[in-house]
Amino acid sequence: MRVSKELYQQMQEQTAPKTKSYYTIPVAFLVGGLICTLGELLLHFYRFLGSDKTAAAAFTSITLVGLSALLTGLGWYEKLAKHAGAGTLVPITGFANAVSCCAVESKSEGWILGVGAKIFTIAGPVIVYGTAASFVYGIIYYLFTLGQ
Amino acid sequence: MLQDCLIAFLVGGLICAVGQVLIDYTKLTPARILTSYVVAGVLLSAVGIYPKLLDWAGGGASVPLTGFGNLLAQGVRDAVEEKGFLGVFTGGLTSAAGGLTAALVFGLLAAVCFHPKDK
Repeated sequence: MRVSKELYQQMQEQTAPKTKSYYTIPVAFLVGGLICTLGELLLHFYRFLGSDKTAAAAFTSITLVGLSALLTGLGWYEKLAKHAGAGTLVPITGFANAVSCCAVESKSEGWILGVGAKIFTIAGPVIVYGTAASFVYGIIYYLFTLGQ
Repeated sequence: MLQDCLIAFLVGGLICAVGQVLIDYTKLTPARILTSYVVAGVLLSAVGIYPKLLDWAGGGASVPLTGFGNLLAQGVRDAVEEKGFLGVFTGGLTSAAGGLTAALVFGLLAAVCFHPKDK
């Protein structure tokens, strides 16, 4: 049987499991919200210890990233992510999860081209396009300050 | 403080819920969503929306990856004001250095300490 592109798409739609958005969206909201609340608590904690605003924010990110790497190594973050979807993906813990997950799983391919290279599988695009966007913005902002 | 946490919960939850809508209704892969969130954060910061959101929502705005984008943009803004043209090149990554170094070092540490799990 010859399968055209359209037919293939139809077949795929029939067999692919329907996304249950009435479940996935509230769970993503709840889990994502809780991770952000934890972030807010950490912010208060570091401010209480005497850090200024920027330092407290940096310490909060570092703490969340460390926690996420630990939970990823233990395999717990994936279990949570299976239900929470974007709730665990979008916070910075999701970024850290993507980094450590790629690192752990490419261990068998060696430390240099395995772990060292694959650690950037997800982090790479994020860093490249984030930095490029900030560069473009920087140029515009610089020209703007010249005009003042 | 309770109110701060509630706002952080609602705003952070909402940003994540938008991500879930994108996953459910578009064919965006997680890597694409993360990348778009960071770029969106830079844009929203450039037009001045994100810094205001950050002041109001704290962790609710800084923890999602859009906050990471905002950090890049904020870094460029500060660096350009301080160092002029050089700041265009140094600002973004300087401000993001803490989070990035943590992610890479802890990721490497996780690879040292843990073995891949059977799926």
